[in-house]
Amino acid sequence: MLIRSNKTSDLTENDVTDEKVYRDRRNILKGLGFIGAGSLLTQPAHAFNWFGSDDEDLFQTNELTFSQPRAFQSDEALTPEDKVTQYNNFYEFGTGKDDPYANAQDFKVDPWTLTVDGLVENPITLSFDDLFKRYGLEERIYRLRCVEAWSMVIPWIGFELGKLLKDAKPLSGARFVAFETLFDPEQMPGQRSRFVGGGIDYPYVEGLRLDEAMHPLTLMSVGLYGKTLPPQNGAPIRLVVPWKYGFKSIKSVVRIKLTNLMPPTTWNILAPHEYGFYANVNPTVDHPRWSQARERRITTGGLLARNRIETQMFNGYEEVAPLYKDLDLRKFY
Amino acid sequence: MRVKPIKSLVQKPVRIPTHLLTTVKSAIHLISLSWVAYMLYLTISDAIPGDPVDALLHFTGMGAVNLLLLSLTVTPLAMLFKAGSLINLRRLLGLYAFLYASLHILTYVLFELQLEWTLIGAEIIKRPFITVGFVAFIILLLLSATSTSALKKRMGSGWQRLHNWIYVAAPLAVIHFYWSVKTAELEPIIYILVLVLLFWLRRDKIARFIARSR
Repeated sequence: MLIRSNKTSDLTENDVTDEKVYRDRRNILKGLGFIGAGSLLTQPAHAFNWFGSDDEDLFQTNELTFSQPRAFQSDEALTPEDKVTQYNNFYEFGTGKDDPYANAQDFKVDPWTLTVDGLVENPITLSFDDLFKRYGLEERIYRLRCVEAWSMVIPWIGFELGKLLKDAKPLSGARFVAFETLFDPEQMPGQRSRFVGGGIDYPYVEGLRLDEAMHPLTLMSVGLYGKTLPPQNGAPIRLVVPWKYGFKSIKSVVRIKLTNLMPPTTWNILAPHEYGFYANVNPTVDHPRWSQARERRITTGGLLARNRIETQMFNGYEEVAPLYKDLDLRKFY
Repeated sequence: MRVKPIKSLVQKPVRIPTHLLTTVKSAIHLISLSWVAYMLYLTISDAIPGDPVDALLHFTGMGAVNLLLLSLTVTPLAMLFKAGSLINLRRLLGLYAFLYASLHILTYVLFELQLEWTLIGAEIIKRPFITVGFVAFIILLLLSATSTSALKKRMGSGWQRLHNWIYVAAPLAVIHFYWSVKTAELEPIIYILVLVLLFWLRRDKIARFIARSR
């Protein structure tokens, strides 16, 4: 008979980490960080990746098929993919720039439903597959200018919002388009707790004038760098309006509603003197807390990169200027 | 208004062995210097995903505030445990808070604004949250410049009067942090509460400081 004596170092069933704890480990670690030394520990911990590499658990993105129209290619230096996907503002997953990457990897995007309704003749419901199949996808390299005075150059993949809206056939009374992000506190920690989500009243909402939404530059993006979007960048579908500050480009959209009145928008509700409805990139109108005249272009080169450049009117997309010819852009910032 | 100083928690003074104090001091040196050196290495070599300037700005800012609050916990601890020798740690922590604050401003000037001098001046004057942070920095600069034992002796009672301005610098630094974030976040609120606690523990001194400044 084999007599087996267990060494004290042997593992038993009791030592197995509960699956729930394992799945929630990022949040648990974050929680510990908060109780501990606050930011001195939590912030660099993510940057240094002290808790080991989590690469095997990253959200699965898929290769996309798309055309590359010459008009939207660019010779500007692109922002590297790891910076585009690890430096994000998406308060639903936390207010730190590295929070969305850290907290969004288990986000479920399939099934997904995107509804187009309101003042339209033909309401549309798009399923997850429809997002990638209904319209031909194309790659568009756009500059993204954040209201925080940094910018990136990103190869988006998507289709024109105008095509979708035309299919929905706006009624004559429709003047604005209201957008809404998914509301799912189970999956989005920022929606569960006011403190994680920066005190925003969720769901996040945004809006455009109908003529802005119909402009050929306005894109519904489903991918970047050749693949479907990762959650931290707004999977599975997001808006990209390249001549406006980044917060206008709402992520993980579930509803597009045409209205006759100017819809409420999240940052405008939160701080109306800092963020307007239009939020066009404008170097002559400062944010109350910082200048908007210049920006830092995030590409490569690290700390010593001389990357401070002039901010251009409409982020360099002058073709949209006619949309605002009768508007005082100082008053309607 | 008379406010009584806090009572100590112990009957007899707690003696801290010299070698333990030396170890703590060495640890403060080691952690403060190596951490910021590592962060500089990571940001210069572009090894941080995202924006290196933002990362360094945040790291040095938080480091300065943390060290400043740590330096303010020394006196209450020394009083609660009647451990007078702890006071030796105060200057060290304060000087490292100043070092981190200096690196914070340097990062802002060299790497955020990239030596755009007209803008630097304008931002300090025009933007209240930067003004507040800058005033806190100037106070820390004065306290650090007068921190040597020789100067302390020479300045007599004026030294303590000057160094009481830490009660202005610390709240300004925390307000600067609270004001710099875009929305209501938990972290700055925790810092405000910690500061309130630290001030409450030395309410007698603060009361005298306020009475004298009137």
